[in-house]
Amino acid sequence: MSKILGMVGATTVLDERSRYLRSLVVRGLVGGNRGHVGSSMSLIEILRVLYDHVLQYDAASPDWPARDRCILSKGHGCLALYALLADKGFIKAEELDKFCHVDGILGGHPERGKVPGVEASTGALGHGLSIGVGMALAARMQKRDSRVFVVMGDGEINEGSVWEAALCAGKHKLSNLTAVVDYNKIQSAGLTSEIQNLEPLLDKWTSFGFQSVDVNGHDVAALTELFDRLPLNGDKPTAIICHTIKGKGIAFAEGDPKWHHQSNFKPQVLDDLYASVGGRA
Amino acid sequence: MRKTCVDMVYTLAQKDERVVFIGSDLSPGLLREMKTAMPDRHYMEGVTEQNVIGMAAGMAMDGYTPFVNTIATFITRRCYEQVALDLCLHDLPVRLIANGGGVVYAPLGPTHLAVEDMAIMRALPNMTVTAVADADEMIRLMEASTAWPHPIYIRLGKGGDPIVSRAENGFAIGKGIVMRERNGREPVLLISCGVMTSRALKAADLLAEKGIVSEVIHIHTVKPLDDKLILEHARGARCVFTIEEHTVIGGLGSAVVDLLVEQPVAPPPMRKLGLPDRFQRNYGSQDDLLEIAGLQPHQIAAHVEQELFKLRVA
Repeated sequence: MSKILGMVGATTVLDERSRYLRSLVVRGLVGGNRGHVGSSMSLIEILRVLYDHVLQYDAASPDWPARDRCILSKGHGCLALYALLADKGFIKAEELDKFCHVDGILGGHPERGKVPGVEASTGALGHGLSIGVGMALAARMQKRDSRVFVVMGDGEINEGSVWEAALCAGKHKLSNLTAVVDYNKIQSAGLTSEIQNLEPLLDKWTSFGFQSVDVNGHDVAALTELFDRLPLNGDKPTAIICHTIKGKGIAFAEGDPKWHHQSNFKPQVLDDLYASVGGRA
Repeated sequence: MRKTCVDMVYTLAQKDERVVFIGSDLSPGLLREMKTAMPDRHYMEGVTEQNVIGMAAGMAMDGYTPFVNTIATFITRRCYEQVALDLCLHDLPVRLIANGGGVVYAPLGPTHLAVEDMAIMRALPNMTVTAVADADEMIRLMEASTAWPHPIYIRLGKGGDPIVSRAENGFAIGKGIVMRERNGREPVLLISCGVMTSRALKAADLLAEKGIVSEVIHIHTVKPLDDKLILEHARGARCVFTIEEHTVIGGLGSAVVDLLVEQPVAPPPMRKLGLPDRFQRNYGSQDDLLEIAGLQPHQIAAHVEQELFKLRVA
């Protein structure tokens, strides 16, 4: 346990790029006057490293068949994904101002076919890993080198469907599939350790046939080094348990279940949010 | 019908490289030939209905046409959210082959019956709901399915069901078939689906013996419904009867009611013949349960007669 606690990232200092990406999230929060604050902020470095360094894609041609697939299965963390998609040019940053608007394309959960770069419509939890298994098998059948990354929440993996998919991925030895868990230890109702304890989480994934590893989910260098080594085992799917802080980068929201989702921000709160991320994007 | 359907998956797979088969925990050796010939397109994934639907969706997103097969009630109820979101929201060409639609699994009790399957599938946008009459028509459905870009629910009968469909009638998804033309004025219109069409035809014969003119329309595609055909034949009918091996809530009967109530002229009197809104209390055979529900040909004919009598008195 001490090893895990040492990796939770509470003291990890965020660099300018991480703060900039968070400012895009805040832009969306302000645009929609609502959003899953904590759930998005814990994801930023995971998605940053994936989109900056790992995934093969072409923002100008989001359906490029040979691309790697990245499914945000914890769809409620979509503001983090939208921040990366805006940063990479899949969508215009102005769309963030219309987050959840009737005339916007960015909803409170991401939709395939509506938002370029979104691989699957998620929001109901526990769907992404099975879809990812299907995509990984499709790549294998089509002899494509595409890899599939499925990013899940810790509350999400309460769902039995996740473990059905994990069984299946292990059985098929899908080394082109990586399950990423944003383990911020807080689900909507409270601490995961109290609501539905997941420990020993690493052992669970390992026992389902994954090569599993823990990492500080806010340490860009550690994440980069780890993703560079994929697959960790050429005969198994990989599970990366990213130890993160819910609300990371927003001091007053960090580790506070109240900030899972917030709406109707007061002017002072908006000022505080902007101050946390170094100003408006 | 079941064997024909599953065998057709392999037939289609030989012609179409997009076709894959995904079973749950089915009979040993199912599609053995396909598994041998194309092992990477034959999957048997165990009792994981939620996973196999999501997995099929993932394959379909990357160009495949998966045929997923398991027991009807499990492929509908157990994984309803996956069917709704992974398949229907994404509008993917995944086919759900549903063993034992209706009361086929009568001896196994209410946990294994699929009597509201069409209702819950029909409620989903983008879903196509089919219930063919026999094995020959199953071949025609499977062939037609290759050009259909949406998810399809394929309800299977027991197997060995009498062949009543005819090749000369053709087949198109969403188009009903007139199985028995009216042979007089003001006929009773019998609209049926699935294996109930053979019973409707027999009921029509019994009615003819009593001098009651009827016509029979077979609706192998409950959604999208063939509005034009039904409206054309309902016009001028003395009474419309829908006949289905399904609860009277939400299936073929409800689909026809939904259509008729929206018309500018008052529809003819209508009755829905189907299974009652309760869990089955008996075991026995499919025929036993249909008899209890009053859905055998002689009971259908008697029901029609009684209703016509009531209408005359009224």
